[in-house]
Order: sequence, then structure tokens, then C-alpha cells
Amino acid sequence: MLAATVRVTRDLDLAEECVQDAYVSALVAWERDGVPSRPGAWLTTAARNKALNALARERTLRSKLPLLIEREGETVPDDRLRLVFTCCHPALAPEARVALTLRLVCGVDTADVASLFLVPEPMMAARITRAKKKIAAARIPYRVPEPHELPARLDDVLTAVHLLGTTGHTAPSGGTLVRVDLADRALDLGRMLHALLPGEAEVAGLLALLVVHKSRESTRTDADGRLLRLADQDRSAWDRELIAEADRLVLSALRAGPPGRFTLQAAIAALHAQAPTYAETDWPQIVTLYDALSRVWPTPVVALNRAVAVAMVSGPEAGLAALEPLEASGALARYQYLPATKADLLRRCGRDAEARVEYARALALTSNAAERAFLERELS
Amino acid sequence: MSSKPQYAVFIYEAVPPEELPPPVLDGHLTLPDRIAEKGGRVVAGLGFQDPSTATAIRGGLLTDGPFVETKEALAGVYVLEARDLDHALELARLTPIVTGGVEVRPLIDFQVLG
Repeated sequence: MLAATVRVTRDLDLAEECVQDAYVSALVAWERDGVPSRPGAWLTTAARNKALNALARERTLRSKLPLLIEREGETVPDDRLRLVFTCCHPALAPEARVALTLRLVCGVDTADVASLFLVPEPMMAARITRAKKKIAAARIPYRVPEPHELPARLDDVLTAVHLLGTTGHTAPSGGTLVRVDLADRALDLGRMLHALLPGEAEVAGLLALLVVHKSRESTRTDADGRLLRLADQDRSAWDRELIAEADRLVLSALRAGPPGRFTLQAAIAALHAQAPTYAETDWPQIVTLYDALSRVWPTPVVALNRAVAVAMVSGPEAGLAALEPLEASGALARYQYLPATKADLLRRCGRDAEARVEYARALALTSNAAERAFLERELS
Repeated sequence: MSSKPQYAVFIYEAVPPEELPPPVLDGHLTLPDRIAEKGGRVVAGLGFQDPSTATAIRGGLLTDGPFVETKEALAGVYVLEARDLDHALELARLTPIVTGGVEVRPLIDFQVLG
């Protein structure tokens, strides 16, 4: 809806205002006339009309914001995808691109975006404002790149879609662990990108990753919304059809050449999904895949996940040893999964007192209610 | 009055103007035509003498040399008109450079010039 409106306004702040106004109008009109059969379309139309009115006023005053004219030859007639490419434009700072996509394309709260990037909210708000200002002032175009420039622009878009999936997979704050709306929007974007670029291995890899997450969505919490570890989830409830789809996507991506980071992550997730039980997972193969992933994408979070797999192959002491350089680097100082992982490994070593300290540390960093409940249970 | 956005292109070049090789000088001379061929327009352009000829004034105090000392000195600036930032960046890439690069910056009000 924001995407459809920004195409009219060519101004992100104005578009956001118009969308807000449309919601306010809806409250009045729907109470009077009843909820329309297609509320989404009603809201989009209302927002667009408000944008057109605002622009007409604006033009009379300053004739400053021309209507964006759609050009021919665009590959995908989808407003959201256009907005994604604008938000991920290479003229924007890399850290701003993903944040902007999450905020504007997917409507993630600034606070949640900040939490995802492990930075304070005011810093994230300033970053998003700066990026929006540049889009308007420098006239960053609102279009899908031409075919020849598309691959180069893709990695930033994939990163944004992946982070959106991550936000949905484990919501940084709020009452529920999984925010299905966000995860589904990431999946929609992933499918759209795959339809646009069927030959791009990393697009297939990312889609496979999102599909595996979707296949396990219903089992990640129990009936009371409490977090269940991978080991404790009901594998019979996983969606076999989606897992098979992810498997086909991973294989096609692996056949295309040296695997990128999304394909490797999808291969790891698919191995987990295919294992009959947690213990029977092909852990050595998972460590091998994490080793490959650390080479193409050496991030602290990958190192953390690798340590978990190492502990499964070589024991919790080996896992703790793999965590040491990570702790020393301080890169994950605000990331709750580092102390949570360490706590779990310590407990498996029989070091309960130290484990409790780490659980408390993880709890202090967690704002998701389902995760907090899980950690409080572990702590007691 | 033009409705197309305008951008200043700052040219940063480590090689002083008198030492620029002839193909690069030619490249500067033909730049407006090459930009026009790609659907843009050069509105104005200025080439600067070597930065050692500059005089800076800071709080009334005169100093010999440019305001900001950089290895790749500000060697010139031109204003171009383009459809959008992507177009402007494509056009700015046509600027001949030996060692250095360009900075593309949108003008505050693109209706002042042109």
C-alpha cells in the first residue's frame, strides 16, 4: 500500500502521511458503511486519492513534486519490488538499505529494525531519515533496474528480504515469537524475485531458506506460545511439501556453481528439516557447510551457529572453545543468543551455576515475550 | 524553466591540469557532446588552475593553497541535467579521470539554473 502510494507521490514522507490518513478515514467510513469487501484495496485507493489531492495542492503552491511517470520496458509490474530496489539503491549506505526496506516496504517498526541491527532506536531513526532525504533530494529513481544492471543490484535486495524473513521468524519484540505477516511477506518477495530471475542461484537459495522456515513455522512454539527448541519440536507437523520444494531449490542452486551464502544457509536448514530426529541430524555435514559459509560470509552470527554444530559433533566443551574468540571480540555484546547458547553448553557440561549467569544475561537482552518465557523457565 | 533535476559533478584529479595527457584533455572538451548523446545536458562547467595557485580565507586569515588539502585536488566542476540519479551517475562516469574520481551532488533547487 505504501509502495502504491509512493509511486504517486514520489515522496516517502508524504506517502506515509497519506497512508496514515487513509487508515483514519477507514475508521470513520467503515463504522458508518460497514467494512468493504476488499479492505486492502479500499485503503490503497483512499491513500492514493489523498496523495493525488496533496500533490495537486503542492503543485499549485510550488509545482515541485511531479508525478512519477512509469517508463516502458520494466520487467516486473510490481510496486513493492520497485520500492525494494529504490530502498536498496547502491547510492545509499549499505546499512541504510536494509533498514529502509524493512521500514518502508514491509512496515517494520523503527524500534524492531533497530533491534535487528543491534543499534539504539534513535540511531536507526536518524539513519532512515537520512536515507529518505537522500532518495528525495538526489532523485534516486523508483524503478526495477534494467536487465544488465539487475544482478549487481541483487545482493542488497536479497539481504533485505532475508533480514525481513529473520524478523518474522523471531520477532525482536512483542508477544509472539513468529510474526507470520512479516515472514509471509519475505516469502512473497522471495518468490517474486525467483520468478523474475529463475537463473540466479542465490535467489533460489534465499527462497529455499524462506520456504524451510515456513515449513517449520507451526512447531516453533507450543500451544501456549512458548518457545520450543529444534530438538523438542514435533517433526511430524513440518510441512513435507514445502521441505521438498526447498530441497529442489537448494539442489538447483548448488548445481549452478560455487554456492553463495544464501544457498549454504538453505542447505543447512534443509538438512535439519530432513533429519528424522535432532540427534540423527547429519551434524558433520552441517559443520562442513558452516565452514564453507564462514569462508564466503564470515560474520559473528555464523560463527555462533557453527559453534552449536561443533558442540553436536565434538561435545559441549568443543562448542564452548569455539565461542571463546567470539566473546573476546565483543561483536555480539548485545545479541541474546550468544549468552543463551553459552548457557546451554555450560549446562550440558554440568556447570549449572555459570549457566545461570549466562541465562540471566540473555534474559536482560531479550524483549520477545516467548523467548523471555523460555529463558525464565531455563533459569529456574 | 526546466523540470529535470540538476547535479553538480565535482572532479577530483591528482594530475595537475598542465600535465593532463592529450586524450584526457580531449575527453573534457567532448564531454558535453557525449553527455548530450546519452540524453543529458551540461548546463555549466568550470575548470580550475592547479591548487597551488589557490588562496584560502579563513576567519580573515589568508593562507597559501586550497581550503582543504587533498591528494586528489578539486580540479573542476560542471552542472548536468539528468532524468534521475541513475542517469546522472551514468553520465558522470563519462568524465575523463587519470587518478581520482568524481562526486555527484544534487543541486538544492534545480529550477534556479537552466
